[in-house]
Amino acid sequence: MTTLSRRKFIHLLGATGGIAALGALASTLGSCSGKPGAGPRVVVVGGGFGGATCAKYLRRFNPSLQVTLVERDAHFVTCPFSNTVLAGLQDMDSIQHSYDTLRTQYGVEVLQDNVTAIDPATNRVSLQNGAELEYDRLVISPGIDFRWDEIEGLDETTSDTIPHAWKAGPQTITLRSQLEAMADGGVVIIAPPDNPFRCPPGPYERASLIANYLKTHKPRSKLLIADAKDKFSKQGLFMQAWEQLYPGMIEWVKGSDGGKIERVDAATRTLYPEIGDPVSADVINFIPPQKAGVVAHAAGLVNSDGWCPVDQRTFASTLQPNIHVIGDASIAGKMPKSGFAANSQAKVCAAAIVSELGGTTMPDPSYVNTCYSLVAPDYGISVAAVYRLQDGKIVKVEGSGGVSPMDVPDEYRRNEARYARGWYQSITQDAFG
Amino acid sequence: MVESKTFFRVLLIVLATGLLTANQTQADEISRATLLSISCAGCHGTDGKSPGSIPTIGGKSSDFIATALLQFSSGERAGTVMGRHATGYTDEEIQLIADYFAGR
Repeated sequence: MTTLSRRKFIHLLGATGGIAALGALASTLGSCSGKPGAGPRVVVVGGGFGGATCAKYLRRFNPSLQVTLVERDAHFVTCPFSNTVLAGLQDMDSIQHSYDTLRTQYGVEVLQDNVTAIDPATNRVSLQNGAELEYDRLVISPGIDFRWDEIEGLDETTSDTIPHAWKAGPQTITLRSQLEAMADGGVVIIAPPDNPFRCPPGPYERASLIANYLKTHKPRSKLLIADAKDKFSKQGLFMQAWEQLYPGMIEWVKGSDGGKIERVDAATRTLYPEIGDPVSADVINFIPPQKAGVVAHAAGLVNSDGWCPVDQRTFASTLQPNIHVIGDASIAGKMPKSGFAANSQAKVCAAAIVSELGGTTMPDPSYVNTCYSLVAPDYGISVAAVYRLQDGKIVKVEGSGGVSPMDVPDEYRRNEARYARGWYQSITQDAFG
Repeated sequence: MVESKTFFRVLLIVLATGLLTANQTQADEISRATLLSISCAGCHGTDGKSPGSIPTIGGKSSDFIATALLQFSSGERAGTVMGRHATGYTDEEIQLIADYFAGR
């Protein structure tokens, strides 16, 4: 078949004057979006909530785009609801998602591979298998990596003994196994990092659901939260629920009271705080300080704080041309680092790219975050907000958002637990198909 | 006007590549209503079609959606998280969102 350049093709299409007629004809034959496009090439690196959503919406907005998603793993295991797996309430399969629908229904080319290099000068991504992908626009959604050097004695090799379980997958299984193996009367420590980090309410949901498991199966056990911070997300709600549901079981030690840990001895499972005596435990879940995923570092997309500065309207990197960064790795104003935020940013980013490649102006974006936490299987709490752009920064719309109210009837918490599960089904469908 | 042979060649390519689909005759133009509404999909599902316990809004009447959002916003209607969302939009934006999902 004769090949046509995109420009000539568009020109010809315009010359026929039959765009609407062709569209109508195409629609009568059903959506063709399962087939790859022949238009500009967009490569998306990272198949989490950000990357998967972005790939899907790029194709929804403009099915002529050639969209390639590069992801290291064959499946994505979600951090949301991984705490229910730790607590034995759900299995791993229930938090695992394939890329099949993106492939078959949305026409996204999905490559399971590692990115070895990104060259912004030539618009190329190199893969471990030797392939090179050329792009018109590149989207990086690399999630987080850990700053292992900040805590003495802690590194990647100690995560078998002291799991972080902050990237769901094998680490989730490791921590679950340790909790199962622990005797009744044991001590579990969760050590959350300082801000900013992925999923601000996550460590406290984890404490809640592990306490739920302990209360049911090992009721003489204790759970200590050695926090690097002096306050945390949904704090009032969590602490009220802990008193009500798990009295005497969870102790939270704030950073300035000895919660901040400087050194770890993995062999003896001992933590050495900045202030006070060392403390040992049977199971330690240390969530290390974080930075943008390594891919972003290799591509020169991070600032001196380890995160990626972007134009918060389009998520275009302010450091490299034709590259957008979304999700946990990006600096997105007041939005938290959450799967929902990544999903919301991904759609704005997709709209920005489609508009830019199509030579149109994107309307003012709107962003949303909604995070549910389960304190018990039938007890949910939430935080939500709507965001807009103001003076180039993403800010919360005044009067919107906030956390669930304190002191409400049980029915309210039960409803939020039910909605938390509905939220999970919806967002994973919106991201993965 | 280009000759009909070229027209049919273009037509073939269009059909083969799926450049134009049912609701996408102008692939590059993204409306304000779309940009406001797609963020709802995180909880309500793509196109407002929810697979779980959160209500489906795609295909509901514009009046139904707009009234619900306005009542959540004013506090007249009790809910859980929706009051915190609805207060993030003006009445005009609520109408745009309602019309968008009514057409899904």
